[in-house]
Amino acid sequence: MSPGKFLQQDPAKRAMLLTALYVAQEQYGYLTPEAIQRVAERLGMSALDVREAASFYSMYRTKPMGRYVLQVCEGLSCHLAEGADTLVDYLKQKLHIKPGETTRDGLFTLQTVQCLASCGTSPAMRVNDTLYENLTLDRVDMILQELRGG
Amino acid sequence: MFEPILLRRTTLPRSDSIDVYLANGGYRALEKALHELKPQDLIDLVKKSGLRGRGGAGFPAGLKWGFMPKENVQKYLCVNTDEGEPGTFKDRVLVEKDPHSIIEGVIIAAYAVGVTRAFVYIRGEFFLGVKSWIKAIADAYQRGYLGKNILGSDFSLDLTVHRGAGAYICGEETAMIDSLEGRRGEPRLKPPYPAQVGYLGKPTLVHNVETLANVPHIVLHGAEWYASIGTERSTGPKIFCVSGDVFRRGVYELPLGTPLREVIYDHAGGVPNNKRIKAIIPGGASTPFLTTEHLDVPMDFESLAAAGSALGTGAIVVINEDTCMVDVARRTARFFAHESCGKCTPCRVGSQRIVQVLEDIEAGRGRVGDIERLQALCEGIAGRTFCPFGDAMVAPIRSSLARFADEYQYHIQHGRCMVAA
Repeated sequence: MSPGKFLQQDPAKRAMLLTALYVAQEQYGYLTPEAIQRVAERLGMSALDVREAASFYSMYRTKPMGRYVLQVCEGLSCHLAEGADTLVDYLKQKLHIKPGETTRDGLFTLQTVQCLASCGTSPAMRVNDTLYENLTLDRVDMILQELRGG
Repeated sequence: MFEPILLRRTTLPRSDSIDVYLANGGYRALEKALHELKPQDLIDLVKKSGLRGRGGAGFPAGLKWGFMPKENVQKYLCVNTDEGEPGTFKDRVLVEKDPHSIIEGVIIAAYAVGVTRAFVYIRGEFFLGVKSWIKAIADAYQRGYLGKNILGSDFSLDLTVHRGAGAYICGEETAMIDSLEGRRGEPRLKPPYPAQVGYLGKPTLVHNVETLANVPHIVLHGAEWYASIGTERSTGPKIFCVSGDVFRRGVYELPLGTPLREVIYDHAGGVPNNKRIKAIIPGGASTPFLTTEHLDVPMDFESLAAAGSALGTGAIVVINEDTCMVDVARRTARFFAHESCGKCTPCRVGSQRIVQVLEDIEAGRGRVGDIERLQALCEGIAGRTFCPFGDAMVAPIRSSLARFADEYQYHIQHGRCMVAA
């Protein structure tokens, strides 16, 4: 959906900032200076204002990321569940990257994140917009293979 | 055996669809509310039911409704779907499996306090939840439960979804309002409370998902029926989320006041491999640790406060004897340091320092005096921040230091863990 569509239905223009940033991020891949500028113009804000607010939220990307962002929960419940700790280690070894890094082919970025509300179904990993739960290392292999193929 | 009320429909096939909701008693409370009851009747009903907020603070819902100005001014309602307290996964179940029960609660609450514009604020990470909300709201509009002249009455309500973008603090109601307005989600000083000055400066009612899901049942079955569930001051059912070292992790809906032992052993199946329990977090990461001496504590607001902890979100994390409590504290502290919004210095700097000290101890670089250092850091944060986040961070650290001092001492003295030794 374009930001313009939201603008008509909401009482305050600025209230659309978070939504507009998501749209911009999807179009530009990450929040490039140009993306920030366009959001600012659209909402009648200064680019600095937009940047200030955007920097508060961890889901906005300020640098290029891999095509698939693998987010593994390192929260307490996942840690207590057998297999959650090994998941990060396994991905590090398999992809030859550390958390925060992207594979050379630009396919995968590995991140550790806080609670994904999968405490009852951990180990859990989010890949872009898909949440995988009750993971085993075999399933991780399958997921990676599938992503490489697609 | 207690029959689930809030989770009853969630086990049905396609429980998220409006047709299944309607076939199972859905939107009947709304009809009753709009056609038979006046707004003030509803406020009195919810007051009498004793319903208290399920997001952590436990504030009486009816009082909150009563605080909203009666005048015909622009007012807003916000559904807090920012579930992010580690250990908590109850709202997710309702949003993904029974979203219409929340929407029905929203419409009734909005009618009671004279709101015509409502928002869902949902955690950015909950992609499935966002989709579920959007679909359910669209269906509710299509069937005439949202929009103009709902069910032929003169009451109208619009409901839209706002997606957060990854900030735990936005679960705090004033931070959520700032975030809704397109700003950094930093808490505001209270008072004024949102019921006076909220979204865009207008009176705003903010409720947790689970709280709202209770409302239709109260309307349908009455305040006396509701108050007969639970304890005298903690009424109604509660969704407990059990995770950590138990056989059956998951959500269990039980009356408030159910003993902790019953939740862990009868419902979650106890601890695997005959391990002993070392610690229990009773209400999410920000509630102080309990130990086995507290197993008989009734899970309600008053009893947990008396036991030195809190009901919080009802997220029970069971920790067995093989776990290093310094590591648990370190993980908890890291979460809070990461999520500190940075507005108040004691919280921003203090949380980072606590993590440093804990990481040093964990890595075998602990020094004599570290326990006192941690206590002093906690002292410097507690009660000295704008919002409850500072206290929330300090509570588990303090209780860990008090209850598991021997583990910290061993770490500092021997440079390694007594559990792994």
